Amino acid sequence: MDAIVVDGLEKTYGKAVRALDGIRFSVVEGEVFGLLGPNGAGKSTTVRILATLTRADAGQAIVAGHDVRTEPAAVRRAIGYVPQASGVDREATGRENLLLQGRLQGMRGSDLDGRVAELLDVFGLAGKANDLVKTYSGGMKRRLDVATGLVHRPHVLFLDEPTTGLDPEARAAMWEELERLAAGERLTILLTTHYLEEADRLAGRVAIVSRGQIVVEGTPEELKHALRGDAVTVELHDADSTRAAEVARGLEGVHEVTPDGRRLHLRVDRGAQAVPLILGALDAAGALVQAVTVSRPSLDDVYLHHTGRDFRADDEERTA
Amino acid sequence: MTLVSQTLFLCARVLRNLSRQPIWIVVMVVQPMFWLLLYSQLFRRITELPGFGTTSYVDYLTPGVAVMTAFFSGSWAGMGMIEDLDRGVLERFLTTPASRGAIVFGRILESSIVASLQALLILVTGVFLGARNGGPTGWLVILLASFLIAGGFAGLSHGIALRTRQEASMIAVAQFIGLPLLFFSSLLIARTLIPPWMQDLSLLNPVEWAVRAARGEALPGTSWSSMGGFLLLLAGFAGLTASFATWSFRSYQRTL
Repeated sequence: MDAIVVDGLEKTYGKAVRALDGIRFSVVEGEVFGLLGPNGAGKSTTVRILATLTRADAGQAIVAGHDVRTEPAAVRRAIGYVPQASGVDREATGRENLLLQGRLQGMRGSDLDGRVAELLDVFGLAGKANDLVKTYSGGMKRRLDVATGLVHRPHVLFLDEPTTGLDPEARAAMWEELERLAAGERLTILLTTHYLEEADRLAGRVAIVSRGQIVVEGTPEELKHALRGDAVTVELHDADSTRAAEVARGLEGVHEVTPDGRRLHLRVDRGAQAVPLILGALDAAGALVQAVTVSRPSLDDVYLHHTGRDFRADDEERTA
Repeated sequence: MTLVSQTLFLCARVLRNLSRQPIWIVVMVVQPMFWLLLYSQLFRRITELPGFGTTSYVDYLTPGVAVMTAFFSGSWAGMGMIEDLDRGVLERFLTTPASRGAIVFGRILESSIVASLQALLILVTGVFLGARNGGPTGWLVILLASFLIAGGFAGLSHGIALRTRQEASMIAVAQFIGLPLLFFSSLLIARTLIPPWMQDLSLLNPVEWAVRAARGEALPGTSWSSMGGFLLLLAGFAGLTASFATWSFRSYQRTL
């Protein structure tokens, strides 16, 4: 059964900003599904619509069997939502935050007390349960955010950028936490992230979002295998790699050439053999090379392949 | 039932958070007492003028200071809503099945409770300074008037907060309405000493309703019916602004 069905959602902010342009995907019960894309691609808007915070202009979305537009109360009982910016009360303790959240979800008595104690324990917050949240570290606060979303044992959990802003150590700890979560309870998780590594590690299935649409969808392995061979990136001295791209296109064993500013992305059969060939050809054509990297395919390459743009550059452009 | 219990939970949350701020508590306790002491000294001889109905200015002033404190703290209540909004707390509440009304009412109730506690302190201080204020019945009416006026202005303040969503705008509005409403009332001075046109206009002022109700039992010649009338007006005002806040909440949700 599908825990989430998103069918052609559209959303425009103001007159000009088209956040969602007919996005469409579904998530099977019990799986971890990753929405991957740069800032501004429409991931958060999608999650906010599914969490009943925002209404779509068009299209339909079903969460845990309920339509977000016509049955928002039923959806709210079935979901946990962990927003990108923490929504916990900084002036209250961790325990108080969890208790209030449970009460707003209609829990009470020993059921609630027991659940709160369990979550504090699972998320390693028991020692600081009675301290004000403003004294928590970034990682602890984020773990409390996730725990807050889980108090009422939801069927579907939305995690919007769960590790953005965390230092690498806290991020690794959070990943372990989330992996345990995904393995344990029969919980469907929709995760948005702009970290390729995060989607690769946590998500069973990934959809790449660009400009309000899904461009490709599959398991991380499937997506990577769909690309043939290795990725080669050549950094040129010149600001424009168009001419170098022409040169590289004719070479044997080179399948795909994507110029991207001063960088040139190539897809080749065997990296070790192709590099000398490429460098030789570029040198002969008078193009000065500054750096070359060869790598096995990553989700980064999947993104580039499907959008024709570099993920990080896209992210920076949209953040700026 | 759930609306009531959710309102109480959300109200308890804010009161608990405030109770952890020692400076806030000190100011809330000291400020009204300070007003009472300051004004009662400054204007001590004012009751030599006719129209006060009492020769003790403290007696005249105590209900006024209770109302003033309540209405000021109510007008600023929206700041807390903006903080919840900025910190994402409001959005987290919105993804739970909690009643939207409870989120607003919990905040309004908080202002009313704080104002009543302050009024109680003012009454105790007044008694020490020699005010009687009509004894226990009068005190109850003063507490009720403070409760209602604080809630009424809190509703207005939260509504404005949800519409402007900006601290600076919120501050500007609270500043703008504060002193004019204070001076368009008989809070500090006997009604008969106010120019007639201001007396007439002051009847539109909820602060004046609260003052007239609160002072009713304390001064001779006030009937229960006029006092009850002002209390009803106040309750209507509180209900109206609570609806405005709830309605603003819906319009805030639409912009998300």
